[in-house]
Amino acid sequence: MNHSLRGAGFGAALAVSALATPVLADDAPIKIGVIAENQAVAGSSIPQAAQLAADEINAKGGIGGRKIQLVSYDDHSSSAEAVRAFQRAVNEDHVNAVIASYASEVVLALEPWAARLKTVMITPGAASDVITENIAKNYEANKYTFHGYLTSGSLARLVCASAKDMMVDAYKMKTAVVMSEDAAWTKPLDAGYLKCLPEIGLKVLDEVRFSPNTTDFTPIFNKIEGLKPDVIITGISHVGVQPTVQWKSQQVPIPMFGISSQATNSTFWKDTNGAADGVLFQAVSGPGVAVTPKTLPFVDAFQKKFGNAPSYAGYTAYDEVYMIAEAVKRAGSMDEAKLVTAMEATDYVGTIGRIEFLPKSDPHVHGLRIGKGYITGLFLQWQDGKQVNLWPADLANGKIKFPAFVKVGSAK
Amino acid sequence: MLGWQILIDGFAISSLYALGATGFTLIFGVTGVLNLSHGGLMVAAAVGAWAAGSYWGFGALASAAVGVGACLILALATYGLIVRRLQLTTKIREEEKEIFILTATLLWGIMIQEAIAYLFTNNAKTVLPIVEGVVELAGVRTPKNELFTALICWIAIAGLWLAVNRSRVGKILLAASMNPRGVTLLGVELSRVYLAVWVIYGALAGVAGVLLGMFLGVSSYSAGPLTASAFSIVVLGGLGSVSGSLIAAYVVGYLETLTAYLISPAYREIPALLLLVIVMYVRPRGLLGRR
Repeated sequence: MNHSLRGAGFGAALAVSALATPVLADDAPIKIGVIAENQAVAGSSIPQAAQLAADEINAKGGIGGRKIQLVSYDDHSSSAEAVRAFQRAVNEDHVNAVIASYASEVVLALEPWAARLKTVMITPGAASDVITENIAKNYEANKYTFHGYLTSGSLARLVCASAKDMMVDAYKMKTAVVMSEDAAWTKPLDAGYLKCLPEIGLKVLDEVRFSPNTTDFTPIFNKIEGLKPDVIITGISHVGVQPTVQWKSQQVPIPMFGISSQATNSTFWKDTNGAADGVLFQAVSGPGVAVTPKTLPFVDAFQKKFGNAPSYAGYTAYDEVYMIAEAVKRAGSMDEAKLVTAMEATDYVGTIGRIEFLPKSDPHVHGLRIGKGYITGLFLQWQDGKQVNLWPADLANGKIKFPAFVKVGSAK
Repeated sequence: MLGWQILIDGFAISSLYALGATGFTLIFGVTGVLNLSHGGLMVAAAVGAWAAGSYWGFGALASAAVGVGACLILALATYGLIVRRLQLTTKIREEEKEIFILTATLLWGIMIQEAIAYLFTNNAKTVLPIVEGVVELAGVRTPKNELFTALICWIAIAGLWLAVNRSRVGKILLAASMNPRGVTLLGVELSRVYLAVWVIYGALAGVAGVLLGMFLGVSSYSAGPLTASAFSIVVLGGLGSVSGSLIAAYVVGYLETLTAYLISPAYREIPALLLLVIVMYVRPRGLLGRR
């Protein structure tokens, strides 16, 4: 009896010491966990770009003499595996912060764990607005989560801003059909589209949502064509190659414009055998586009090290390592609450623009501030195997061009 | 107009389902093996053809041949390294072998799928089309590729039918599916019959995979759903019955197309699965099943 009690006491002491924030020596490394979808094109850039940033910081002597150490986990695009990786990162590998995932479903699954384990987590690529809405709803618990990429609501607003210039003003377009995959991130995206498209003068004729498992897009394109819109406004990320190839092989005469995450990948042309020609897509970066002075040096360094161009989540993951490092420096300790405060004070010019997090009073607290002077995004088009930037005008490096089968303005 | 559209689109997709399921049911009918790596093999064919086109600059036909070849090699590996070993081993009791083979092919399929994801990422790929452009068919703008897909599927199925019913090898296959012991008593080496079936199967699955990659595109994720779809078509048609599978492929293909057009593309697969459940209750041996 006595024996087992003592055993229990010992176990409890062990458990407490394991849970407590590790007190680190002054020269101990700053550990950052990186949880990503390593087999997906968008996800595979996350650990690579983070490593690049860490190497750069370490080559310059680290942060106040402390090196950055990354611990990388592959979640195989599964929320359950991501949660296990997060627990391991915090409880066993004792990371100070986590950079996690480009999938909203995964980040939403991790958010309560960031709260429970009181560990700063930032996503380089998820888009669901619910992530920041959860923080607004229960700030004290969820304040550890930061949204390091644009929310779907922001994406919708940026798409509308460019559609106004590129479609409505340039081609006098009047009608649109929204075509989105059924996923967590597109619910707020579609809501945003339905609100902002009429404001810029595009009447929404229909909203077509389809399962992300869809392989045959023939019925979807036929339905949309029957409605005779001037433009298809897209919200696709899990799918991309298949609708694009079928858009071309069926010669759908309507331009596709909007979010098409897979189109941001440099491999998209090859994956679609060139069917990508003419596809218009929103992005935060593009080849050869100097959004900030840091953009092109990053792309060059990444290309040199890994032999391919970074995905969109690569840019943000790279910036996030720097942001965390700076926040650790500002906080002056590894205390997670102090780290949250320091992260909130971020004002950092990264590779995609100037990064500031929205304040506690905002319904999307810890989301990125968008607009002029912060992040405006770009609008690119695939042309002859290259991604050409068309918007905003001061960063454009080409003119819009449609494949022969697209009849702009003739659908009416 | 909508009617024609459903008729044409449904025909192409159903033909593809039919070809995919034919090989699957043939293997089961003759050798008694349910090959759950079927989807993985089809994906390997499509990704092989894609890689040949985009990495090595092969033309459309040569790429397609590479894809079919890759599938054939993998099918033979499935037989030689996994199925045959388990059939011959004395460490597993005879009555348990079926479940061992089922599990082994399932795991093998997952290994193929993960290897493809590791080597080529899990992004969807599309195979270079052999024919491009569109034609007007009863007022429906139809990609020539879609018609080509249906045509090749039917040529392959017809070829199989001729081979089985008209050639000596085919007659042996048929006999082996009815009574394997009888065939051995006639002096035919059963293992050579099995090998022939796996070769035919590899070619059929390869053609189906390449056509699927050309028509719709595939990713490593498609492996599971492709196995499931072949499996449900074969169960619906009656395990081991080739003509049952053909009918079932058209039932499923048209049911899916009708749902996508008339209800919503989001619910495309549901009615076919409901039908499968109903058939399981009412007629467990499937439409044309023998047992």
